[in-house]
Amino acid sequence: MMLKEGEYRIPSGCAISGFINRDGRRVNGSAIIQSMALMQERSNGLGGGFAAYGIYPEYQDYYALHLLFEDKLSRNQVEELIKDNFYIEAEDRIPTRHVRSIGKAPLLWRYFVTPRMAKIEESQETEADFMSRLVMRINDSVAGAYVVSSGKNMGAFKGVGYPEDIGEFFRLDEYQAYSWIAHGRFPTNTPGWWGGAHPFTLLDWSVVHNGEISSYGANRRFLEMYGYKMTLQTDTEVVAYAIDLLVRRHGLPLETAARVLAAPFWQEIDRLPAVERELYTHLRVVYGNLLLNGPFSIIVGFSGGFMALNDRIKLRPLVAASCGATLYAASEEAAIREICPDVEKVWYPRGGEPVIGRLEEETQCRLSA
Amino acid sequence: METLNARGLHYQVLNETVRKLLDNGCRELVLKNVNGQRYIGAGLQGQARLEIHGVPGNNLAALMDGLEIEVFGNAQDGVGNTMNGGTVVIHGNATDITGYAMRGGRIFIRGNVGYRVGIHMKAFRDKKPLIVIGGQAGDFFGEYMAGGTLVLLGLDLPPGKPVVGNFVATGMHGGEIFIRGQVDPFSLGKEVKAVAPTVADQQRLQEIVGEFARYFDLEAEKILARPFTKLIPYNKRPYGTLYTY
Repeated sequence: MMLKEGEYRIPSGCAISGFINRDGRRVNGSAIIQSMALMQERSNGLGGGFAAYGIYPEYQDYYALHLLFEDKLSRNQVEELIKDNFYIEAEDRIPTRHVRSIGKAPLLWRYFVTPRMAKIEESQETEADFMSRLVMRINDSVAGAYVVSSGKNMGAFKGVGYPEDIGEFFRLDEYQAYSWIAHGRFPTNTPGWWGGAHPFTLLDWSVVHNGEISSYGANRRFLEMYGYKMTLQTDTEVVAYAIDLLVRRHGLPLETAARVLAAPFWQEIDRLPAVERELYTHLRVVYGNLLLNGPFSIIVGFSGGFMALNDRIKLRPLVAASCGATLYAASEEAAIREICPDVEKVWYPRGGEPVIGRLEEETQCRLSA
Repeated sequence: METLNARGLHYQVLNETVRKLLDNGCRELVLKNVNGQRYIGAGLQGQARLEIHGVPGNNLAALMDGLEIEVFGNAQDGVGNTMNGGTVVIHGNATDITGYAMRGGRIFIRGNVGYRVGIHMKAFRDKKPLIVIGGQAGDFFGEYMAGGTLVLLGLDLPPGKPVVGNFVATGMHGGEIFIRGQVDPFSLGKEVKAVAPTVADQQRLQEIVGEFARYFDLEAEKILARPFTKLIPYNKRPYGTLYTY
């Protein structure tokens, strides 16, 4: 009997890479693909994906829903749901081109939508909560339909294949973004399928991850109490929802959220000055269940920035670099030098020390105007 | 002396070419434009010398036995993984698990190193691995170390920065670590104690630092002017009583 992918085990790898032009300069997907291709050895062709920010300026006020359908029935059901709840400004198939190494793809559609006011009022929720709940509802209750991304002026593109082939398949050379993050997958514990490729997303958040979240069960149970539904069969999903909960819903600064996910050890907390000691003690007590245990290096994309972070004992590789207005992070220094040979500064963040890049303030204003 | 342009070459092609050149009697080889190619020098034996310009990929000099490699640039993870003999000189930084399970030979790094450097290094009879680091080191320095010598110099340390991270030498049960300057007691693993180097240690440090200084054109006397801390394990079998029944 032939075993399906997911029923046997392959030793680990994974590659991540990302960059942000802090001056808002938008570039096409060629560079990020090139950076990923250099690390091909880290992937095995069972998953590749990208998130790009700033790609839909003409629809920047609409949520860009990227969807994956396994059949027409699921598409009809989701479209029904969307029409009930949203005004649709535009919809089309996500453009792809034929790539020999990419097998049969699911149906890939995108919708630029804005929620119907009456529906939001009826739900007595914020617009973002309303959106987030709809994403959960599609993933959880429509068989064969999954939301690939749901933010504004951003999109995720992912599937089964090497990242450079997935990038070619999705024609990423035709998109212009100020920030790109990417992942090459080497699945170890969970199946390699289109929905299980990275990035994992919710609203503007996107997460790519190398490693494994051993605390998945504890994290999942905690997040479920806040209405999140884990449906994508991969541990990284909890990271996206944990950041949404901590930063968007609970209002923690991103830097503080990083110290929840990769919390300082108690012995380090004991050595801190009183005010900080109290803060970190409270964080560990309140959010103990969001501590990510196990090895990880992640890059988190969001509107206007990205954050790279390692687990607190640095069990996965992560290198950061800068050159002019561009900030880079990747699994290997060579992946950065491949697209920026004259990089000005290279550094190696410590375990649990976030590297955060944001658009300059002026750029942020210009882009959202 | 032969020169090879590595730009765009897959690591398999590059390493096959290197091996072929060495097999055909080449004794000095310069690799230009290296970027991310893995396993350079891996498993190679003999007396040749490789000069690498760029950033070699993971597992540089893994299982290497003999050879001298000099890197003008930074190296990535796993330099000298299970290396058996030879010398690696790196003018930039090296990252995590440098000298992983290294069992012989020497690695000299001018810059900083990442986490878990020297993890499970071991020594046997005349095989005594040595790693010398010019800058600072990350957490778990010398983790589970079983033999050999680690020397950490902390040169050009920014003010307020510790020379080494936390959990130093956790699980260490053999070998020795020399760190220039003081180490905060809280950063030491439970299995090691800090002692003053003996006269014999001082002499050996003079030789080691002298060699390091020659590779990187530094003044050994200046480096040696600051006293070293020596770390040794309390016990050869720290976990000997952990799994009792």
